[in-house]
Amino acid sequence: MVDAVFAHRIQFAFTVMFHYLFPILTMGLGFFIAILSSMHLATGDKRYATAARFWARIFAINFALGVVTGIPLEFEFGTNWSRFSAFGGGVFGQTLPLEGVYAFFLESGFLGLFLYGEGRVPRGVHWLAGLGVSLGSLLSGYFIVATDAWMQHPVGYVTDPSRAIRLKSFWAVLLNPYAGWQYAHTINGALLAAAFVIGGIGAFYLLSHRHQEFARVAVKMAVIAGAVLSLTQLFPTGDFDSRNVVKYQPTKLATMEGLFETEKGAPLAIIGMPDTQQGRLIDPVFVPEFLSFLAYGDFHATVNGLKAYPRELWPPVELTYYAYHIMVGLGTIFIAIMIVGVFLLWRRRLFECRWYLWILMLALPFPYIANEAGWVVAEVGRQPWLVYGLLKTADGTSANVAVGETVFTTLGFAGTYLMLGILFLFLVGRVIYQGPGGDVTEVPESVVAHPAA
Amino acid sequence: MNIVWFWTLALMLTTYAVLDGYDLGAGALHLWLARGNQERRILLNAVGPVWNGNEVWLIAAGGMMVVSFPNVYAAGFSGFYLALMVVLWLLILRGVSIEFRSQIDHELWRAFWDAGFCLGSLLIALLLGVALGNVLHGLPIGPNGYFQGTFTLLLNPYSILTGLLTLAVLGWHGTNYLRLKTYGDLLARARRWSQQLWGAAALLVVASTAATLGLVPSTLRNFHAHPVTLVFPWLTLAGLVSGLLSRREHDQAAFRSSTAVIVGLLTSAAATAFPNLLPSTLNPAYSLTVYNAASSPYALRASFIANIVGMIGVALYSAYVHRTFRGQVQLDGHGY
Repeated sequence: MVDAVFAHRIQFAFTVMFHYLFPILTMGLGFFIAILSSMHLATGDKRYATAARFWARIFAINFALGVVTGIPLEFEFGTNWSRFSAFGGGVFGQTLPLEGVYAFFLESGFLGLFLYGEGRVPRGVHWLAGLGVSLGSLLSGYFIVATDAWMQHPVGYVTDPSRAIRLKSFWAVLLNPYAGWQYAHTINGALLAAAFVIGGIGAFYLLSHRHQEFARVAVKMAVIAGAVLSLTQLFPTGDFDSRNVVKYQPTKLATMEGLFETEKGAPLAIIGMPDTQQGRLIDPVFVPEFLSFLAYGDFHATVNGLKAYPRELWPPVELTYYAYHIMVGLGTIFIAIMIVGVFLLWRRRLFECRWYLWILMLALPFPYIANEAGWVVAEVGRQPWLVYGLLKTADGTSANVAVGETVFTTLGFAGTYLMLGILFLFLVGRVIYQGPGGDVTEVPESVVAHPAA
Repeated sequence: MNIVWFWTLALMLTTYAVLDGYDLGAGALHLWLARGNQERRILLNAVGPVWNGNEVWLIAAGGMMVVSFPNVYAAGFSGFYLALMVVLWLLILRGVSIEFRSQIDHELWRAFWDAGFCLGSLLIALLLGVALGNVLHGLPIGPNGYFQGTFTLLLNPYSILTGLLTLAVLGWHGTNYLRLKTYGDLLARARRWSQQLWGAAALLVVASTAATLGLVPSTLRNFHAHPVTLVFPWLTLAGLVSGLLSRREHDQAAFRSSTAVIVGLLTSAAATAFPNLLPSTLNPAYSLTVYNAASSPYALRASFIANIVGMIGVALYSAYVHRTFRGQVQLDGHGY
């Protein structure tokens, strides 16, 4: 039978990774909808209202799935990780309910107002509701990232001989120095993914000669925003986020870079396969001394390799290493795609350049992969710790839950989520197929004429 | 502070039961109450704009339990592992059903999600009641503060009784809500069902009160020590009486009555349980109480201030949304 700790980890990893597919777009798209609806308010141009309504329909489907798949995660703190909750609930739990209280209410409440309140509330209030949805989802993200940041870099607590740990400072936990750049990098990633979704769908319309006017606005907005966001994803957000890893989590740094030996002037591995048996990279391509520079701003700085730490404190090397390299590799490709897009826009060839539109359309899923891979680096790279340096993952599980139960319910989630995924693609596909302007919720004449039907 | 947190959580869960209670109740009767697409859309639009905001009271209460009474959250959630996973799937089913039903204009598509919404609501109401019964009655919590919940343990006659009570009361509450929001045949049917469910609710209130007095010897302890708490059971009784009197066209009074009954029942339950959060059936010393399962005083204070400010805003906001969508449902092209 499977090891209990592994079963809990797989369950949480699966449910959180599936869930995260939806907040990426909620956080990212909400921002663009708020912009479109503000532009409509400012200019009175109907095209922006049509565009805002189209993206809001995709947002709504996405949001519904984000909500229903998010609830299990809060439960799992108690169901799967009860010893962790009992150990640190008073500290890390400070930020968790705030998400529910402030942000979640804001977004779920305002979403109802935004989607169904049009005409019932004054226009200004409707616009504010749209803004509230966006702010709510962004704020929601902060409280979640702050909770995770505490697991990466625990602060604001004191150790108590009788009761493990106690809260020392609420503000230290809320304003964890680890959280700032991690949050910026996360949100930037979500916005970038939304830019690719907007651009990809716009490209689809241009390629299939439909809704041209709408599509031009979408593709233009996507490449301009995308070019900026793909660059800020790397610097400053990515760079400063990894500096926190350098500072607080040396084993994660060594693992994600595949650095086994401690070196002065450590090289940056572009590609290569980690061999944990031999403790080396197979077939590597290096940029000499560059890792030292990235980590410490000095080409000759010493970077600790994995072998400087006891074997039992190594995170799973391959998974962390590959996830990191996939994220960084994709990020580089995103920069290239978006820069080419801006170049084509400048040369006024963007909307006719079919090969580029094909690339933009097909690139749509990849930011999702990059976002998920980034979280794999963050969470798998933290192992074997649940709370870095404080609590091992193996000591945080629910000891009173049988392995079989966890395996069974994981399979249950897999089936449920498969159906949800199919449903999501089907419904969003329909919205895209119908295009802006089409509205499925419109009641057909027959129903209005014959209410008894 | 521990006591303040106890009553804050009790208040949160009571608010949840009053708010989400009406949409769970209306949902549980959806297939029977509302006939035809027109009526079903009226029912769904009565709960559509508010159900999500209502459910968040449960999520927020859960999150607050993590920070205030982490040991209770840990023991309760891990002990109820399988049951809670089922509740999660039902919550998913229900949320998806209500949101996706109107996405496609097809009879079979709607029929499927109508059934999903009804089944999800019905079973959630039942299971929440079962959980409440178990918490009141006690669980085999050992010296380490944990227990292992099996279906045979959780589904005992007492908890099934409280489950049915919950279903009846929320169903009654749901029909009373619909009496405020609907018109025509649906309104007439809601009024008729409301009368019948009043009877079921009244009967089950009496039965479960008797069962609680018989099974949980400490039930009356706090009522003796603090006679002021007797206001809670009296509120339940007053709600039932006023429910009986508001049978015909007194729709507002009917909704107020079922609200009073829910508030009365849950506050009575809280007054009965205090200071226990999860009583142990093995040894009273193993019970998780507001004292031995709480976070440190500073953590309790900090999280209380941080959350209470937000909760006031949330309550105001919730009032605003209910006011915006108040009165009878008007069907237009948008909505559910």
